[in-house]
Amino acid sequence: MPDAVTIEKLTKKFGDFTAVDQISLTVGEGEVFGFLGANGAGKTTAIRMLCGLLLPTSGNGTVGGFDIYRDNEKIKKSIGYMSQKFSLYGDLTAYENLWFYGSVYQLKKKVIKDRINQLSEELGLKEFLHRQAEKLPLGWRQRLALAASVLHRPKILFLDEPTGGVDPIFRRRFWEMLYELADKGTTLFVTTHYMDEAEYCHRISIMHHGRIIELGNPSDLIQKYQQPNLEELFVQLISNRSREAADV
Amino acid sequence: MYKIKFIALKELRHIMRDPRSLVIAILMPILMTLLYGYAINLDIKNIKLAVIDFDKTSASSDLIGRFYNSEYFSKATDQVYIDDPEMILKKGQANAVLIIGPGLGEAIQKLKNIQNPANLMIDKYELGLTVDGADANMAAAAGSYSSIIVTQVIKDNLPPGFELPGIRISRQVFYNPDLKSSHFFVPGLIAVILMMISALLTSVTIAREKETGTMEQLLTTPITPRQIIIAKMLPYIGLAILDGIIVLGFGVFHFGVPFIGSTLLLFVFGVIYVITALAIGILISTMVKTQLLAMMGAMIVTVLPAVMLSGFIFEIKNMPMILQIITHIVPARYFILIIRGIMLKGSSIELLWVEGLFLILLTIVLLAVATRRFKLGVD
Ligand SMILES: Nc1ncnc2c1ncn2[C@@H]1O[C@H](COP(=O)(O)OP(=O)(O)OP(=O)(O)O)[C@@H](O)[C@H]1O
Ligand SMILES: [Mg+2]
Repeated sequence: MPDAVTIEKLTKKFGDFTAVDQISLTVGEGEVFGFLGANGAGKTTAIRMLCGLLLPTSGNGTVGGFDIYRDNEKIKKSIGYMSQKFSLYGDLTAYENLWFYGSVYQLKKKVIKDRINQLSEELGLKEFLHRQAEKLPLGWRQRLALAASVLHRPKILFLDEPTGGVDPIFRRRFWEMLYELADKGTTLFVTTHYMDEAEYCHRISIMHHGRIIELGNPSDLIQKYQQPNLEELFVQLISNRSREAADV
Repeated sequence: MYKIKFIALKELRHIMRDPRSLVIAILMPILMTLLYGYAINLDIKNIKLAVIDFDKTSASSDLIGRFYNSEYFSKATDQVYIDDPEMILKKGQANAVLIIGPGLGEAIQKLKNIQNPANLMIDKYELGLTVDGADANMAAAAGSYSSIIVTQVIKDNLPPGFELPGIRISRQVFYNPDLKSSHFFVPGLIAVILMMISALLTSVTIAREKETGTMEQLLTTPITPRQIIIAKMLPYIGLAILDGIIVLGFGVFHFGVPFIGSTLLLFVFGVIYVITALAIGILISTMVKTQLLAMMGAMIVTVLPAVMLSGFIFEIKNMPMILQIITHIVPARYFILIIRGIMLKGSSIELLWVEGLFLILLTIVLLAVATRRFKLGVD
């Protein structure tokens, strides 16, 4: 099975500060990959490099088999990106936003219409479709952002904290949808601060100060460190690291 | 191309939905035109004139009537009691005082009965004009307007068949025959407004997309930065054309500025000029992070040079050398020459190609730099 994402010693420096420090990992096609880490660990920076928004300082990477330096244009055709910050047009209605992104990917009118119908049905967006995006409640804005990022059926979907500010019921629904997408072959690269969500992932990595400090299947990791759940594991790993750093 | 259309349409929607941008785009040019049109009215008119009449004949009242009926002089507002012209000027009651000494009636009568033109030079009668010299232009104008009126009085009172002797200058002014400053200013104003509005709106719209993160979202789609730039420009070119028509309309129909040249030629150069302004707007947006800074940057970078260094108000050849050199990179400099040429002189491309070429060159350079910076900023 070809890899959807490969990263090799990927590094990003902002001046003297290293935000992402030689991270390496691979994500298989159709995999749900949890990209975890504390605030400021470098998750968003890494994702932005993979989406062609930021030029890496060093290291290599491919997305969908395309090189992140050379084949930027090809990568953009095969990915979807839902950013951490709501970034649709606030003055346009939900419908207009979806329509716009559909047309940017050059989908046919009929196709856009059908997909908007289907997605708004699944996401419970129907009654909000003709409201201005900035006037939607937070949870619905997130649903709209998800809809916009999957409308063109990307092969690989990058989701940066997609469930921030979303209620638990919808979070469950959200993850069911992600699994449906994964079943259809979409690769998911997800960051989250909710450890219960992380347990839904096939594999996770844990980042700390720009480095990946653990990587593997959630239950394997729980066993390895003999922790009751991911939450405890995460807290222990991060605080150990911080203590070590303090001791040095 | 297909994608460009959709971004451009979306942009149009933003414009329609944001009352602020509509106000800037439509209302501001109208206000500026009216404001500038009236404020920078350099024609000297309505010189406040007080009259001290010692003659008190029908001839003197005819003369006074001619002064006040001309468009150059108006009655001094305050009732003038004093017979001391200096006092009147000091108190600011008038800009000029006409003193009609006794004997005007007699002099006119002699003129009417004259038999031999040689006698014209014998009898001398002098009118007094005391002028406030604080405004040198106004003082000079008051003098020359007065002599025009007096010459006319003499002509009208000579018996038929008599001509005034002497050498006269037959004055003929080309291109702006009425010597109206609005004719000179309105074309320049169009240049300033187009520059300001175009640069302002593009830099703000791009800065807004950066600020809200939608630019980043857009850049993860297959759209290229170049397509984004083209799509962003299109609606604003349309808006600028609309602005141009509005201001031009005001100029021609309200201020009576002539338009004798080719509309098509002006349109072509107008669009090129607007593209230059848009490129400046994009360039500014690549250097700032917020809409506010974009707005301020655009104002400073465009309005100041377009007003001060373009020949709009100050003649370039009277500037210090260093400023004269700088004017060469001010797009408004070229466009003002072009638009004045087309509107006032009916100049054709043969006369304007040098300015046109400079403008096009400047456009290409700015566009290239803006696109490059825009792409770099993306990474
Ligand atoms: N453009 C930038 N210039 C300078 N520093 C930056 C820039 N972008 C990010 N950083 C820094 O890099 C570090 C990593 O940021 P990043 O946003 O990738 O973290 P994160 O893991 O996504 O955190 P969070 O969970 O809070 O979203 C932070 O310390 C941040 O301040
Ligand atoms: Mg982040």
